[in-house]
Amino acid sequence: MSATILAPEELLREEQKPETIKKVSIIISKGSLEGIYPGLILANGARMEGIEADVFFTFFGLDAITRKKMDKVRVATVGNPALGLPALLGIIPGMPAFVTRQMAKKMEALDIPPIPEFIQLIADSGAKLYACKASVDMFDLKPEDFVDTLDGILTVGEFYQKAGGGQIIFT
Amino acid sequence: MTTTTLAYKDLERDAEGFLKRPEDWNEAVAEEIAREVGIETLTERHWQVVKFIRERFLTTGSAPSIRTLGKESSVPVKELYQLFPKGPAKLAARIGGIPKPKGCI
Repeated sequence: MSATILAPEELLREEQKPETIKKVSIIISKGSLEGIYPGLILANGARMEGIEADVFFTFFGLDAITRKKMDKVRVATVGNPALGLPALLGIIPGMPAFVTRQMAKKMEALDIPPIPEFIQLIADSGAKLYACKASVDMFDLKPEDFVDTLDGILTVGEFYQKAGGGQIIFT
Repeated sequence: MTTTTLAYKDLERDAEGFLKRPEDWNEAVAEEIAREVGIETLTERHWQVVKFIRERFLTTGSAPSIRTLGKESSVPVKELYQLFPKGPAKLAARIGGIPKPKGCI
């Protein structure tokens, strides 16, 4: 008996369309504006698609949920070749604030909220926000240093447990 | 002039179930779509969001972001997610008979 050879279009039909992911755990590890926003946009976007989302803030990423720092996050103007800014200009005092203001204007026009408002929006969307215990200890931070919407301070092991059954994105 | 009301099943839709022509929409159609996405009954609060998103699309040509929905529809973000657990902007747009929102926010 000879095997049936399927035409390409039939092969395609045979393949199962992959399912949309149901759960995602996003790690935010950097404290610059361009280090924090992608993770926040991914988390908000996941919730908007009905995908369960956890956000785990570690190292300088903690700035995004630290009361005293969350509204002072800036674009890195040094060591950031993608900005197209001559290296020497990047070190001028006030340059990070200037570039950050320019970017903030662009983002406002696109309806992307400033970090404190974005964190609130993501918390209200039902995503869970966690701080990394090792980083919290390293920076001598206390639970009261963080936004009220923080759901807990987790060890790496606990983070992995919570991430069970989902995808992990590191930013 | 007579208006022919097409049955919901005959309306043209895209692959994700969004109406191709917003003008085909009416409240009965909205209720059918709602049931299809798992919302059995549209409450007054659902209607507030659905009508807001549709109105905004018809006047500006694009659907509002979740941020704008939370600020201007008079239904706060937390409640939006309770009303439309599988994604407020997407579902309200689909029920409101407008295209899927294109923005990332």
